[in-house]
Amino acid sequence: MEKCIACGACSEKCPQKVSNEYDAGLNKRKSIYVKYAQAVPLKYSIDSDTCIFFKKGKCKACEKLCPAGAVNFEDKARELTVNVGAVIIAPGCEVFDPVTYDVYGYGKSPNIVTSLEFERILAATGPFGGHLVRPSDHKEPQKVAWIQCVGSRDIHAGSQPYCSGVCCTYAIKEAIIAKEHQKGGLDTAIFYIDLRTYGKDFERYYNRAVDSKVRFVKSKIAGIVTDPTTQNQVIHYIDEAGRRVEETFDMVVLSVGFKVSQEAVSLAERLGVDLDQYSLAKTSDFQSVKTSRPGIFVCGSFQAPKDIPHSVIEASATAAEVESVLAQSRGSLVKTKEVPVEKDVRGEDPRIGVFVCCCGTNIAGFLDVPLVVEYAQTLPGVVFADKNLFSCSQDTQEKMTDIIREKGLNRVVVAACTPRTHEPLFQETVLNANINKYLFEMANIRNQCSWVHSNDKDAATQKAKDLVRMAVSRVSLLEPLYDPEISMNHAAMIIGGGLSGITAAINLAEQGFHAYLIEKADVLGGNALKIHKSWQGEDVQQRLAEMIGIAGSHKNISVLTSTELKKVDGFVGNFKSTVETNGAEQVIEHGVAIIATGALESKPDQYLYGTEPNVLTGLEMDSRFNDKGFSAKGIKSAVFIQCVGSRIKERPYCSKVCCTQSVRNALKLKELNPDMDVFIVYRDMRTYGLREALYREARAKGVIFIRYDFEKDLVVDKDNGNIRVSFTNYALQRRMEIKPDLLLLATGIIPIRENPMASLFKVQVNDDGFFVEAHAKLRPVEFATEGILVAGLAHCPKPIDESIEQAKAAASKASALLSKEKITVEGVVSRVDEAYCVGCGRCEEACPFNAISLETRENGEKISHVREALCKGCGSCAAVCPTGAASVFHFDDREVLCMVKTAFE
Amino acid sequence: MSEGFEPKIVAFACNWCAYSAADLAGVSRFQYPPNMRIIRVMCSGRVNPNFILKAFESGADGVLVAG
Repeated sequence: MEKCIACGACSEKCPQKVSNEYDAGLNKRKSIYVKYAQAVPLKYSIDSDTCIFFKKGKCKACEKLCPAGAVNFEDKARELTVNVGAVIIAPGCEVFDPVTYDVYGYGKSPNIVTSLEFERILAATGPFGGHLVRPSDHKEPQKVAWIQCVGSRDIHAGSQPYCSGVCCTYAIKEAIIAKEHQKGGLDTAIFYIDLRTYGKDFERYYNRAVDSKVRFVKSKIAGIVTDPTTQNQVIHYIDEAGRRVEETFDMVVLSVGFKVSQEAVSLAERLGVDLDQYSLAKTSDFQSVKTSRPGIFVCGSFQAPKDIPHSVIEASATAAEVESVLAQSRGSLVKTKEVPVEKDVRGEDPRIGVFVCCCGTNIAGFLDVPLVVEYAQTLPGVVFADKNLFSCSQDTQEKMTDIIREKGLNRVVVAACTPRTHEPLFQETVLNANINKYLFEMANIRNQCSWVHSNDKDAATQKAKDLVRMAVSRVSLLEPLYDPEISMNHAAMIIGGGLSGITAAINLAEQGFHAYLIEKADVLGGNALKIHKSWQGEDVQQRLAEMIGIAGSHKNISVLTSTELKKVDGFVGNFKSTVETNGAEQVIEHGVAIIATGALESKPDQYLYGTEPNVLTGLEMDSRFNDKGFSAKGIKSAVFIQCVGSRIKERPYCSKVCCTQSVRNALKLKELNPDMDVFIVYRDMRTYGLREALYREARAKGVIFIRYDFEKDLVVDKDNGNIRVSFTNYALQRRMEIKPDLLLLATGIIPIRENPMASLFKVQVNDDGFFVEAHAKLRPVEFATEGILVAGLAHCPKPIDESIEQAKAAASKASALLSKEKITVEGVVSRVDEAYCVGCGRCEEACPFNAISLETRENGEKISHVREALCKGCGSCAAVCPTGAASVFHFDDREVLCMVKTAFE
Repeated sequence: MSEGFEPKIVAFACNWCAYSAADLAGVSRFQYPPNMRIIRVMCSGRVNPNFILKAFESGADGVLVAG
């Protein structure tokens, strides 16, 4: 595998074509292949199930053609023994196979596809190059339908009773993208049961789909029938009013749900990990990544169905658990690398060496490498130029090091593949010859030249010469740089002593780091102090009390209640924050900060709330249940109203927790008084994922669910001293009235208005008032500014288990920094020439990382200052600086413009 | 403009996205005319308007900023 250069010659000549599973079988691949173009590592492998040699004992075309000698037919699977202290299992899931039910007609027409197949159809790298066409005739469809809950929320054999949690949002995404692809007004319809866009910003996305005319049809599918002549699909369904309806579409997409794979089940069995009734790993709400077996942790869709951001958070949470279990042995296997001493070449005339790579035939086959070498020898400053067969091979690396020393080179250009993959390797080669790694430049003559101009050898050769000339002109101007080191304070400050803050503090303390837990109130606990049970029925008060006990007594945790954060100075590794406790200020030094300031339950100014004692919010109901003296006697009927203050114009987001909380509380009322009439008046029931079981149980126990028409008035008033709720039933389109003894308002979660943390840490909040993470999918607990993390409700509405997971994820990200003695930053950072700085502050506005800011000198002058620890070298400051004071090391104006000037000669 | 006109194009490409995309075009063997010279920058935000003017001054017929 080390030898493979991913040139693809083997695959091109392989005679065996088989179905391409990556493109969901919609096209073919070869027996020797890479799974997909962006695969890491980018190495070809042989599928021995289909390879002609493995089947018939002859062929080996790939071995003969491979220029690198990388094909090895003798390679065998080997069993390895590894000693580890903990195990994380993340086997993922499969999707439901819709062949199981003939209702969906899957397999009867190529124009009925699964959502994963549709993803590939939409992909630029997919079977149709990203052009949306029907598989049957490659014609553009005019009407596409999505069928939701295929294999999910279905108790029939072969399906899953749970909600897969992701399909509503991905169907909306596919519909929006399909509409964008098909500029001629594609008609899209999504047939659904409940629309569950409960994730952060997902409700806005749903609203956007409605605005772009995606149709949403609440329905039950009776069957899909293919017209054999047109290959169109007729969908037979029952609408919400119970009418039978038919509609014809060109294409149907089945939104298939998650299904546990047999491999995952057998892995769990081999490891002795308990499974639940769905064959998912069994976990609890407070320990949601711990399996039944100590030391084995689980994350991803094998824990429960979930989307990307939640999977990423959960993965970091498992890392935090492992870091705490293995805290004792942290660093025990680390080996220190010997760094060669660099030669000081400043002031020397450039002595440039140019190595031109043939990359087997990948470069040499399409352009004239000897001509390029010859040309390089004529360039100013070049004292050596030669070609290499494979520049990246171990022996060539050693040869290059020798040549650099022998010829006394002080700058090096390698003309080969791309710096994106190979710059670090060659920088090390240069460093091994005692040359600073920044005195090196690559010319990309493979990916951006020979491979894309393979039919025009002259032009490719000319371009390669130009690229080498540009690289030589740049390398002669480059200056040695040294990667700055920044000291790291090993303490964390956690702002907010709710469940998230406590969780993060305990995890970091277990890892051996000191945590300052700052809480504004006089007690720890936050919103969790009011919650009765977690969704799986765990006693929140008992668990919370245990956690507060641990936080209060742990030697590594300083709990500061009645304390507010007043001022934050410094940056990652070196924060100095001022806090005030009952009027007394103190400065705390810390390396990282976790913002876990939570959110609030909204208090409505409608529906008789605050004037009627029997009108309560969800948390107030929970508090009553917590009160041992509470009795449901005398309550003959109760009504829950969902989405009070959520999913409205002023707050266009879903609060995520209220549907489950209402269902749980409805069940509790039924338990206390089985004769009570309990109604839940809702818009969409969003008991997502495994929470669907609660919804099913509530219906079985007689809780009555009524969907109300949101567009029509929902009124609560008094009638003869009774509370009266009146609304329009969505299915019947008739007004209904209920007179309950108890009215419960699912009021949703609102952020803390003008959260001081935003200005103290200079981090952003979104339009709804929740903090904006660095990347919605892949960096869900970090901010763009390094060393500042977020967890819990401050990030967006979420239930207890997910808040705990996010707090652990934040702790894991914190420990990745705290565990270092020093952090090393790339040398490519900004610098400010103080002589030219006029203190205008435009750089500060332009910087996305809070890395550059104005400082006031003693004489009152304002000067811009770079915090190298935070700088990513993007150069936005340099681009906006009106005087040229701000620039970027390695990419200053001269170092870029020399390439512009030499691009065409 | 004569029929044989071959424009000279300077492209400033962000290391993290457009430059990688140009690499991926190579991996996928997409063929395109050899008239463009790509200059890698760490962010398209680095591209000062002056860079674009300098490119034209140096003889470029077109400038692409991709990021």
